[in-house]
Amino acid sequence: MTAATASLPENALREVDYSQVDVARLIGELRAVLPPVALLHDSEDMRPYECDGLSIYRQVPLAVVLPGTEAEVAAVLKICHSVGVPVVARGAGTGLSGGALPHAHGVLLSLARMNKILNIDPLARTAVVQPGVRNLRISEEVAPHGLYYAPDPSSQIACSIGGNVAENAGGVHCLKYGLTVHNVLRIRGVTIDGEVVEIGNHGLDAPGYDLLALMHGSEGMLAVVTEITVKLTPKPQFAQCVLAAFDDVIKAGEAVAAVIAAGIIPAGLEMMDQPATAAVESFVHAGYPLDAAAILLCESDGTPEEVAEEIQRMCAVLESHGATEVRISRDEAERMRFWAGRKAAFPAAGRISADYYCMDGTIPRKRLGEMLTAIQGMEKTYDLRCINVFHAGDGNMHPLILFDANVPGELERAEEFGAAILDLSVDLGGTITGEHGVGIEKINQMCRQFNVAERQTFFRVKAAFDPKGLLNPGKAIPSMNRCAEFGRMHVQGGQVPHPEIERF
Amino acid sequence: MTDFEQTWAEQIREAAASKTPLRIRGGGSKDFYGQQLAGTVLDAKAHRGVISHEPTELVVKVRAGTPLAELEAALLAEGQMLGFEPPHFGPDATVGGCVAAGLSGPRRATAGAVRDFMLGVTLLDGRGNRLHFGGEVMKNVAGYDVARLMTGSLGTLGVLLDVSIKVLPLPVAEATLRFEMDALEAVAQMNRWGGQPLPVSATSWMAGVLTVRLSGAEAAVTAACARLGGERLSEQAARAHWQGLREQSQGFFGGEAPLWRLSVPSVAEATGLAGSQLIEWGGAQRWVRTEQDAASVRARATALGGHATLFRGADKSVGAFHPLPPALRSIHQRLKHSFDPDGILNPGRLYDGL
Repeated sequence: MTAATASLPENALREVDYSQVDVARLIGELRAVLPPVALLHDSEDMRPYECDGLSIYRQVPLAVVLPGTEAEVAAVLKICHSVGVPVVARGAGTGLSGGALPHAHGVLLSLARMNKILNIDPLARTAVVQPGVRNLRISEEVAPHGLYYAPDPSSQIACSIGGNVAENAGGVHCLKYGLTVHNVLRIRGVTIDGEVVEIGNHGLDAPGYDLLALMHGSEGMLAVVTEITVKLTPKPQFAQCVLAAFDDVIKAGEAVAAVIAAGIIPAGLEMMDQPATAAVESFVHAGYPLDAAAILLCESDGTPEEVAEEIQRMCAVLESHGATEVRISRDEAERMRFWAGRKAAFPAAGRISADYYCMDGTIPRKRLGEMLTAIQGMEKTYDLRCINVFHAGDGNMHPLILFDANVPGELERAEEFGAAILDLSVDLGGTITGEHGVGIEKINQMCRQFNVAERQTFFRVKAAFDPKGLLNPGKAIPSMNRCAEFGRMHVQGGQVPHPEIERF
Repeated sequence: MTDFEQTWAEQIREAAASKTPLRIRGGGSKDFYGQQLAGTVLDAKAHRGVISHEPTELVVKVRAGTPLAELEAALLAEGQMLGFEPPHFGPDATVGGCVAAGLSGPRRATAGAVRDFMLGVTLLDGRGNRLHFGGEVMKNVAGYDVARLMTGSLGTLGVLLDVSIKVLPLPVAEATLRFEMDALEAVAQMNRWGGQPLPVSATSWMAGVLTVRLSGAEAAVTAACARLGGERLSEQAARAHWQGLREQSQGFFGGEAPLWRLSVPSVAEATGLAGSQLIEWGGAQRWVRTEQDAASVRARATALGGHATLFRGADKSVGAFHPLPPALRSIHQRLKHSFDPDGILNPGRLYDGL
C-alpha cells in the first residue's frame, strides 16, 4: 500500500469477497428477530426480488428480509454488521440503474412493509411517512388540504418515497419545484451498526454538516431510511400547457433557452423528437403533430391571472423562435392529453420494440443540438434505433435505445450505445446521471466522470457512515481496481472515444 | 491548476505536514460567526472573477474569492439574482464565505437556502488535492452530493476554489404589505398563507407588525394584494425593510445583548424566552436578544423541535452551534477526518474537535 492509499477502506481498492459468509448463523440470527413472514431464504420465494427496474441484471440474494418496524430494521442491520454480510435496501424496485440489485452473498432488505403515513400537518405543510409509501399516495392523501408533494417522477404511481430519497428523484416539474432533496426536511434512518440517527429536522435547517444533502442520491450506501418528513406544496389553482411544434430539433432547443432567457420558469418544459412523438401518438392519441421534427410541452401554473400572463409571454417567445404551430390547452382534459403522451413515452417504446434501454445523461441545454446529432450518428454505428425524450428545462435527457434481447448481439450493442451517450454527456460538461442513479449500470462511467482522488473522497464519505462498507457494496462508486480494468478495456492504442471533443 | 491553486495546495500540504492550522478567510465579513478563528490566514479573496454566466442555463460559475456584490451586480445586469438572498454583513463579503457560512436571507422559506442552489464545487481538501464535485447542470446524482455538503461547513472540509450556483430570474413585480397583530396570530397567519397558492416571497414579524412581501407575475401580485389587504409600503420603504433584515442593519440587531437564532418548525409556539424577538421565514426562524443562559435557550429550542445558534455574542465558550447527538457527532468527526486528516482547516470554527 502506498502512502496515498494507506487511509483508504479496503472496498475503495477492490471489491471485497463476501463468499465466506456464515449463512447458517446469519439465517438463525435473523429468524430470532423477525416474524416468519418477514424472512425469505428459499430461492423461489426470493425470485421477485432478483432485479429492480433494470431487469437485464438479476441476482438472487442469500436472504430477503421485510421488516415492519424501525426496531426490526435496526436488529437486522446489527446482525448483518456483526456477521459481516452486505445489505442492499430496496423500496418499490422501480429504479432504473440496478441500485437495488441484490448482492449474491448479501441480504436484500425490502422496506415495502413500512408503508404508513404517520402524520399530516396541514398548517405546517409537512407529512411524516415511512419509506415504503408510494410517491403518488402522499399527494392523494393530502389533497383535501389543498396540498401536494411536488416531485413527480414518471413512476410516481409505483415508486416509493424511500427510493426517491436514495436516488434524489426528479420529475417533469422539478425545474420550478425542485428535486427530492429540496422537498425533504428530515430523515430518520439506521446506520449499519444499528444506531438510529435523525438527519435534518422539522425546521428549515439543522446544525452541523448538511448530512441531509449527502443522504439524497446516496443509493442506500450510507444508511437505511426508516422515516421521512416531506414538505408539502399548495396546489396551484390553475395550470395550462402549450404544445409547440418545430421543424428542426436545434430550433426547438433554442426556443427552450429563449423561454428561460425571458425570465420564465415554466412549471414543466419537455421535449420529444419525431420518432418519440410517432411512438406515443399511435399508443395514446394525444393529438401531437406528426410532421414536426420536435415538439415542446411548456406548462404554466398558478393563479388564473398569473397563468394567463405567463402563457401569453411563453407563446410570444415560442412563436418568435420558429414554432410552426402553437396550441394552448383549452381545458383540463386537453392539458392532461398533452401530458399523457409524454408520460407514456416509456411504455410506448415498449410497444414498438421488444426491449428498450433508457439513458439519463444531463448536459448543459446549449449542447443539446450536438448531442442529438451525435446520437443520430450512433444509431448508424450501433445499428439500433433511439427515440428521444427530454426534461428540456433542465437538460436531463432520456434517450430510449430500442433493441431485441433475443437477437444475438443487440443487448451488447445497446449497452455500448448507452455508454457512448454517457461518455459524450461527460465530455459536453454534463453528468452520466441526472435522476436515475449510478447503481450497477453506470458504474464504469464513474471512472470517467471522477478522477482517482475524487473517487477516494467518495469512499471516505461512505466510510464516515459505514466504516465496514457493508451497505450496497459494489454499487455507485467504482473501486480503483474496477476503474483500472475499465481503463484497460476502453483506452486502446492511446485512443479515447470522440477525440475531436474538448475535454473538461 | 492556476497559480493560486498551486500556491494554496503547497501551503496546505506544508500545514498538514507540520500540523499547523490554517484560517481560511475571504472578506472577513463573517469573522463574528461561529467559534474560534485559529491559524495562519489563507487569504481566499485573491482568487476572484466570474468564470461563466449563462443566463439561459440559469447557472453561474464563479471563483470563491469574488466579492458577493460583484456577482450580484453581474446577475442583475442580466435580470437575474441569487434566489437565497444571502446576507453580506459587509462590503467585502465573498462568494466563498457566503457558501461556507451557509446563511440565507428573507427569501429562504419560499425560494430555498444556499444549499438548495449549489450545483457544483471545486475545492482543495486537507491533503492539498484539487477535487471537483457536482457540475453546472440542475440534475446530477453521480456520486455523493459533496457540493451541498460544503454549504455551512465553515471551511472545515476544504478551501473552496470555485462554485456553480443556480440563479433565478428577477420577479416581474413585487409588493410589500403590513398588518398589525401579535406574535401568536402572526405565526398562525404566516402558516395559513404558506398553505395557499399565494406568491409570498418573505415574511417578518416584529413589535406588533407582520410584514409580507409578494413577488411574481404582475397579475399574481396585484390579485394577492387585493385579497390580503393591509397597508402597502412604498417601494423605498419596502426595500429598506427587507434589506434591514437581510443585513441585520435594523434596530433590533443593534446593541450588545447576545443574538440567538432559533430554527424551529414554522408552527412552533412562542419561544417564551426573556428579551425581544423577531420572526422570519414563515415562522421557522426566530431571532431572540436574550441574556438567558445558553443551556436554557438550547433546551427550549430542542423542546420546540429545533436548534439554537449563538449568532452574535461575546462569549462563544458555550458553543456557537447546537450540540450534536453522539451518533451524528461521530459521523461529523469521521467526515472531517476524511477531508482533513490532519485537522488543519479552520479547526474549531464549527465545533470543538472538528
